[in-house]
Order: sequence, then C-alpha cells, then structure tokens
Amino acid sequence: MAMQFYASPEQVQRDRSEYARKGIARGRSAVVLTYSGGILLVAENLTSLRKISELYDKIAFAAVGRYNEFESLRRAGVRMADLNGLAYDRRDVTGRALANAYTQTLGAIFSETTKPYEVEICVAQVGASPEADELYRITYDGSVMDEPGFMAMGGQAEAIGGVLKDRHDVNADAAAALKLAVEALGSVGGENGAKRQLTAKQLEVAVLDRSRRGRAFRRISGAALGTLLEGGKDVPEKAPGDAGDAAPPAPAEAKPTVSAAPVDAEGVSDAGDKTGGAVNGDGS
Amino acid sequence: MFTNAGTSSFTQFLSQAAPELLPGRRPLPPGLSADVAPHATTIVAVATADGVVMAGDRRATMGNLIASRDIEKVHPADAYSLIGIAGTAGIGIELMRLFQVELEHYEKIEGAMLSLDGKANRLAAMVRGNLGAAMQGLAVVPLFAGYDLAPADPARTGRIFSFDVAGGLYEETGFDAIGSGSLFAKSALKKRYRPGVTTDEAIRLAVEALYDAADDDTATGGPDVTRKIYPVVMTATADGTHRLTENEITTVAEQVVAGRMENPGG
Repeated sequence: MAMQFYASPEQVQRDRSEYARKGIARGRSAVVLTYSGGILLVAENLTSLRKISELYDKIAFAAVGRYNEFESLRRAGVRMADLNGLAYDRRDVTGRALANAYTQTLGAIFSETTKPYEVEICVAQVGASPEADELYRITYDGSVMDEPGFMAMGGQAEAIGGVLKDRHDVNADAAAALKLAVEALGSVGGENGAKRQLTAKQLEVAVLDRSRRGRAFRRISGAALGTLLEGGKDVPEKAPGDAGDAAPPAPAEAKPTVSAAPVDAEGVSDAGDKTGGAVNGDGS
Repeated sequence: MFTNAGTSSFTQFLSQAAPELLPGRRPLPPGLSADVAPHATTIVAVATADGVVMAGDRRATMGNLIASRDIEKVHPADAYSLIGIAGTAGIGIELMRLFQVELEHYEKIEGAMLSLDGKANRLAAMVRGNLGAAMQGLAVVPLFAGYDLAPADPARTGRIFSFDVAGGLYEETGFDAIGSGSLFAKSALKKRYRPGVTTDEAIRLAVEALYDAADDDTATGGPDVTRKIYPVVMTATADGTHRLTENEITTVAEQVVAGRMENPGG
C-alpha cells in the first residue's frame, strides 16, 4: 500500500483556495449594483450562455467562474425557491434563505470534495427602496458577505470594485448605473492595463425592477440595451399579465415589495448589518 | 437532489424531492369519496379575433349545500394562458397552483417559455396523475386556453384545450365549457358564437352562457346582484392576461341581467 505524504489541513485548504481563485480569475467579470429603480446586474459575456438569471419574484442570481458549476447551482436555487414558494407562500421565499443554502452547499463542496467549485455567485433581492435591497456574495469556500449596495466578481474584482466604490450612487437612474457598471468592467483587462470600451454585444444586462409587481426580473438586450448604453431612458415594456389588473391575477400580487422577510421581524437595527462585514469565514 | 442535472420539469423534480406535494400520490381509503369536499362548477372559454376569453361562475357546492359563493376558478397559468378548474375544488386549486409553478419553473430553468401545446401536454400529464383519485370520485377536469405566440395558423392565436379525467387532451374549435352547467353553457354558445368575435363581444357571450348555465343547473351560480358577486372573467391576448376589473365585470353583468328582465330566455 502506498503511503501518502502528510499535508497539513492548512496546506490543503490553501491549495484548494488558490486553485479556485485562479479558476475564477481566468473568467470575465460581473457587477451588481443598486440604483433608484432597482438592482442592475451586468456581466461581460460574449456567449449566449447566461451568467445572470431570475431565481424568484424579487430575487436574481449572477455568477462568474466555471459555467457547468454555477449553472448547477442556479438550477438548484430555482428548484429550492419554487419548492418553498409552492409549499409555503410566494412571500416566504427570501434571498437570505437562498444565500444560506448556497453557503451550505459551497462550504460542503469546498471541504469535502477533492475539487472545489471555481465559482463566485451573487444573490440579489430587490426591496421597496435602495436601502432595503440585499446583495449577498457567496464565494467558492462557502463564505457569505452582505454587500453594501454594489459588488464585483471575477478576475480583477478588486480593481472593478474600487471604481464602483468611488462612484456608486443609489439615486442614479438606470442609464447612469449602467454607464458606471460598463466603465467599471472596462477599467481592467486592456493591453498594458489600459481601459476598454465595452459594447452591447459584449454585455449581458438585466434588472430587478423595483416598480414591477410580481416577477421583478427583466432582461435588457437588443435595441433597448443600445438605447440605454447611449444614455437613453429605460422604458420597460409593459409586463404581460399585468395589463391594468386591479384584482389579483397572480398569487404574487399582494406581496409586500419591501424586503421579503417581514420588516417587523427584521427590526430597524438590521440596517447596521448592511455595512458589508464577512459573516462566515475570512474568505481566504 | 437539488443540484442534479436532471429535468426542467418542476413536477418531475417534486416526484423525487417531495412526492407528498403532488396530487394523486396520496393513498385514499377505499370507496367513493365524491361528497367529502366542495365541487367547483361551470367554466366557459371563447376564442376571439385577438385571443381567448375565459369565465367562471363563483359557486362551489357540497351535495345540496352551497359551499362557497365567491370561489375563483379561473386563473392565469402564466403571462399568456389561462386555466379554469371544475370538479373537486381542493384538488383543482392544488393542480392549478402546481401548474403555474411548472410553467414558471420551466421558463426560469430554460430561459424560454413552453409552447402553448407544450403547456397543454404538461397539464394533461398532471390530470392523468390524478386518475386514481378521480376513480374514487375526486375528479378534477381543467379547461386550458391561451394566446399562442407562435401559432401554426396565424389566424388562430386564441386556442382552447379540454381534458378528460384520464388525461386525454382535445383542442376545441371556437368555444368550450366544462363542469356541471357546461351542457347549458355550450348550448347557449352554440347558438350565439360566430368565429372572429371581438373580445368585448366574447366577454358578453361568456357571461350570457354562464347565466344560462345558472338558469338550469343548481350547482352553477348566476350573477349575484345583492352581494355584487359576478363571474371571474379573464382574457389572454398579445398583451398578456388580464382579469376584468370589478367595474368592467359589473357593467357587463348588469347589462346581461337587464336583458334577461325583458326576455328571461336571453
């Protein structure tokens, strides 16, 4: 029987972290930020394979890294959200619960399997106001961070996050928010560290629309994206199934648009949590 | 289980993850149980030039009793389709909710909506799953109608599908009705329906048909003018689904009732 060389647990963890981080850094980046009309999700993506998607009524998912790995996580999230929404009520599906499930899953994969997932994901939940928005960053090792209104993921995330940090404004409109996101994504990756100018074809854009009843997720693509990139107004097409209904056509109608967890259960002191500290692990 | 590559179907996922949430998977005591739960009654659907109209009365019955005066039996299945339920109300509502999640789930997983025929086939499979309970008297039969975003025939965008308890799926031409009063509702529509009716005309036709059903079937509720409870009427067109507001349906229902004051036979 062959003897294995001893490797300390610290060494094993470090090696896995390094492996995962390298994998994530190879991919293109994504940013998520709040603005006056909701939450904007922008990914640099040349393919038709999605990095951004809808999880539930007020909750979206964005990811960077290996496609097969984050796609399986995305499906799991949709399944969990739909299962809980059916078994309880649509209002009972929260971004926090999904973020918790993701940390458990990724944490278990990181410590128990031979290869960690090379992904970093964001669970975003839109609230009634920018202050009530929730952004969770979940990294390959299961760490979760509650981000303060903006976040960048993927290669050179720190540089991109730096641009966002300096200029992020929760009262910006959609065009200004998109401009900032695109500039932040383009601030890295050019030759010799030069800036790049990203075009509509290189972008995948979606919003969680604060004003929309029921399902808030909406993709912006094609002509609408071109207009918005040039600084035009974001004109949402009328949500089908929403044509002036007063009576409730969908179970989601009477949903409170504040944070999906009841406000009174969270308490006002919760605002103190929004400063973006790591909740779980140090992320190394 | 959640991360299996597997299927885009929510019911298929449920059958592995939480089979107890699927109707038709529960063991029933032997014998006929038809009278244990309220029954939902008449639903009508009419194809129009722009899409479809679906309307349902508001009554649920338990034997000779009225179990509910204001039950809602017509619901949007997704942004472009409608589902109405007749039969055992509890199972019907459960089936309808599950079907709504099924369509939304597919849309989210695959990033594209199912075709209208695909939706109808999914619903047929779900009805089929309830066959055991149906044999013991807990039958539920839906009516499905929607606006077809990619129709084979551009003139037929509004399509109606009916089902039988065994999961048989039949596409109907023009109009259809289900439930205890369907015989009378269909007879009324047969005489009044013309292909290519406008949505407004079809709404009137549907409410008239429900009136005729309520006239001759005790289990179907007519417009309740004292309590202001009127049928639920929904449309599905290129603009999506729309439920007639309280004011809109009150206007139509009052016109129908006024018409019957002059001529009770309509």
